Order: sequence, then structure tokens, then C-alpha cells
Amino acid sequence: MRAVTVGGVRIDDTFAEAFGMRATAVIVTADSIRWARQAALTMTGFATSVIGCGCEGGMDAELTATQTADRRPGVRVLLFAVSTSELQKQLQTRVAQCVLTSPGSACYAGLEGEETLRLGNALRYFGDGWQISKRFGGKHYWRIPVMDGEFVCEATTGLTKEAVGGGNLLIMGRTARATLAAAEAATAAIVKVPGAITPFPGGIVRSGSKVGSKYKGVPASTNHAFCPTLRGAVDTALDPDTACVLEIVIDGLTSEAVAAAMAAGIAAVVKLGPRRGAVRVSAGNYGGKLGPHHYHLRDLLP
Amino acid sequence: MNPVVLTLRGRPDQRLDLAPLVPHRLAGMTAAEIERIELQTTRRRVLLGDVFHLRMGDAAQIRIEASCDNLDRIGHQMTGGEIVVDGDAGAWVGRLMTAGRLTIRGSAGPWAASGMSGGTFEIFGSVGDRLGGPGPGEVAGMRGGVVLVRGLAGERAGDRIRRGTIVVEGDAGAYAGSRMIAGTLVVVGRAGRLPGYLMRRGTIVLGKEAAELSPTFIDCGVHDLIAARLIAGFIGGYSARAERLFRRPLRRFAGDMATLGRGEIFSRA
Repeated sequence: MRAVTVGGVRIDDTFAEAFGMRATAVIVTADSIRWARQAALTMTGFATSVIGCGCEGGMDAELTATQTADRRPGVRVLLFAVSTSELQKQLQTRVAQCVLTSPGSACYAGLEGEETLRLGNALRYFGDGWQISKRFGGKHYWRIPVMDGEFVCEATTGLTKEAVGGGNLLIMGRTARATLAAAEAATAAIVKVPGAITPFPGGIVRSGSKVGSKYKGVPASTNHAFCPTLRGAVDTALDPDTACVLEIVIDGLTSEAVAAAMAAGIAAVVKLGPRRGAVRVSAGNYGGKLGPHHYHLRDLLP
Repeated sequence: MNPVVLTLRGRPDQRLDLAPLVPHRLAGMTAAEIERIELQTTRRRVLLGDVFHLRMGDAAQIRIEASCDNLDRIGHQMTGGEIVVDGDAGAWVGRLMTAGRLTIRGSAGPWAASGMSGGTFEIFGSVGDRLGGPGPGEVAGMRGGVVLVRGLAGERAGDRIRRGTIVVEGDAGAYAGSRMIAGTLVVVGRAGRLPGYLMRRGTIVLGKEAAELSPTFIDCGVHDLIAARLIAGFIGGYSARAERLFRRPLRRFAGDMATLGRGEIFSRA
């Protein structure tokens, strides 16, 4: 595999292979940004991978009081799943258990779309008959009485079928510390890209997986070609100077958002340089036959 | 784009039915055809050309000038476009309107916005009884859209409305929001006796203490609700005076407990 070197960082001539997904967005507001963040964080907890969590989710952007419907600070949350029905189920349970329960919260549609998912229309039954429907300005809200006043929730939110999940970067360094610094720089840059999230803890995965396993019934297992401790024992993908690999997985509402997020991540790693950060950037794929979206790193160079 | 302008030559000696004069019905008609439209409500025939001076233009916009209070059913079943009335209007103005913009620069008679389901209807002056109310035999009144009255409203404003928003910047007569099924009614001024009489659901917001509140409305305390901010954000686009009402915590009365009791009246704390 040929590689180009940019700013001392080797960028592999390879591509990330990603898949079409269903996605939605909601805006969670609260009396303060601290509580809006808390509700959003709780709602997107245990939402790292569709393999085990049912959906992938994250905070897309923080919104100021002038940008939200109720003029309070808020957070836009994105959720991604493999089917509309699973996305509906995840949205409903997560908003019910994590946003409805959070002090002072309200929840609004975060995406316009011809197709919609039930939001307040599903949660209103919590009101046990005391819920109030309000329609004005083309919007439909539900007011559900709760112990700190009312939980206001928009009736529906938009659904997109153009979303992409599984954009990724593999960041390799000489030490764990330097590699983490590079990965942190990349996620900090990706946070600023609208419409894209990094669902893993802090945006970073240390346990990249491959499809399948030697054991029956295990759908995914450790990506042994990228494990530095197995370097001598397996057909490794690592260079002799690599001691640590961290992956950043990116989901976006559009293919363009994923490409922009990957480009922002590569630029941040290159900017940090090989001395303080990573020495090599690669990407994961399945040979190009499984996923319809291919993001070639050479097209995303800074 | 020049509007079709209809200037009333003088006060007609019978009430006229202006229901045919809406953009979608005038579209594609020639001046001669428009002048032959019959407007009478008695046995004596009145053609449009007899009582109005017509200046042709694009029928998407209609202007009625020198209007008076015996022109009924202006904007009837209006589906889009714009009608501006310079002067007063009669009864049943904006009835069954579904979209578009209707403006009365004077005052309007009873049953304005009756059965309206969409669009924006603004009255600069005052309006008669049963604003937005149902017609004879109908179960529900207004079903959507926005009605803005800059002056006063008569009795039973918002009678049996099901959806939509009515803002009265002045005072309202007795029984404002009577029998409301749902929807929103804001009275910035003072409401007469027994607002929300037998309302089932819906929201009434009063800028001043009502002349008499029914004992079947139960005080639920003073609250600063998110829903009030949302309504304020929406109403602010139409009436700054109405928006100001929502800027402070409001006292919530639940009622009318003489019926379903899922409605609410908000008033200043």
C-alpha cells in the first residue's frame, strides 16, 4: 500500500467504507446549558455502536438561547440506526427515560423531513389524560404535566434515509500517549463539523473490530491485524514503529458531513505532527464490497 | 403585481353577498365577467358592476375600497392570495377560509372567521359577536389559522373553536372562549363576565382580571411555563402587546369543571 507523507504523518492510500443508515435529530433544552448537556449526555449514553446498543448517538452542537424555540440553551442530538423501526424505538425510549426525566428539560424536532418519527406523540401518554396538545405556527407540541411543571415535547421529528454510518480514521502512533493526543485533536476538530458525530467514548475507540470470530455466534471480534501486542504472531497491518492504534468512528446526516468530518480529523492530526502526535493515519474497510460509501483518504488531505 | 380593485360607489340599499369575490373564484375571469357577478341577497338583482367601480389586475390580490358594514361574507372559503378591505365589513367575514391573508382596515360584524381553518385574518377595528364561532348546526367553530383583532370583540369570542389562535388586543365581551373545544384565545384587554364558560379544552390568556370568573375554574397557582414562551414566540410575530403578557409568570385556572375541565385560563399573577 502506497502512502503519502503530509507534515511528517504517513497517510495510507486506502479508504473508509461506510453504510447507509436512518437518522434523526432532536434539540434538548433546559434552564441552563449544564442541564441541557446532562440530558443529552444521558440520552446518548450506551449509544456507541449499533452492534450492541441498538443505535449510535451523540451531541452534534450546542445551541445558544437565541437559536432554540423556547429561548433557552440547548443541545442538538443525533441518533443513527439500521432501520426506521429500531430508530423509532430507540428515540422513544431514550427521550422518555433520559430527557423527560431530566429537570427543566424540553425536547424539540432537530431535523426537518418529509418522513417523521413519533416524539411527543409517543410520550404524551405519560400525561395520563392530563396532557395538553398545542398547535401553532405549523408546529405541534405536547405539554405533559410533571413534578417540576410541564415537559414540553414536539409531536414529531424528522427522519432521514440519507445518513451514513461508519466513516472512520485509524490513528497510529509510537506511544499510547502521543496517539491519544492525536486522536483527541481529531475529535476536537470533528465536533465542529455540523451534522456529524463520533459516537464512541469521547469520540475514540480503542477496540476496533473485524466482522466475525472463531467462536460461533459472535458477530464481531478484535481486529487482530491492528493489535500491537500480536504484531509478531499474526499477519499484522502495523509498522515496526507503531505501539498504539486508536480509531475514530464518524456518523453523519449526509455523506458530505462524514467526508468533511474525516477531512477535519486528518487535518488536526497532521497539524499536531508526528513528534507530539501520530505517525500514520489509515482507515478501515471490508474490501469495498459491503458498504456503498467509500471515503478515500487521498481525497481528504489538508 | 396590481390588485383587482373594487371601489364601492355608495352604500347599497340591501345587504350584499360578496362570497364570489375571492381570488380563486375570480382567477381567469375577464372584467366583463366580474362585473356580471350577482351579489344580491333579496329578490332585486344587483350586479357587481352596478355597485362597484372595477379596476382589473391580478386576482391573487383583491382590494375592496370605500367598504361599508352591509357587505357580508367577504373572503368566504378563501383558499389563498390576499384580500384587503378599506373600511368596514358585514357579517360572516372570512368564513371557512383555509389559507391566504384577509385584512379588514375597519370593523367587522358577527361571526367573523367562523369555521376558518387556516390563513391569517386581521381586523384593525372591532368585531361583532361570536368571533370564530360555528355556523348553525355545526359542531365546531374555527379549526385553524390566526385571527388578530386590534380593537374590541363582542360576546362569545372564540365560541366552540377547535384549533387555531385568536388574539384580541382590546376588550372582549361576555363569555369569551365559551364552549371552547381546544385552541388558543388571548384577550389583552379586559374580558367580560364568565370567560371560558363551559370550555372543554384549550387555552385562554387574559391580560386583565376578568369582570367575573366562574367558580367552576380552579386556581392551580402561579407558573412560569415553557409552553407560554413558545406561544409568546409565535404570537410575537403578530402582536407585541399580546407577547408582553407571556413575559411574566401567569396564574393558571383549570376548568370549566362544569364540563370536561381540561381547559385553562391564564391571568396575571
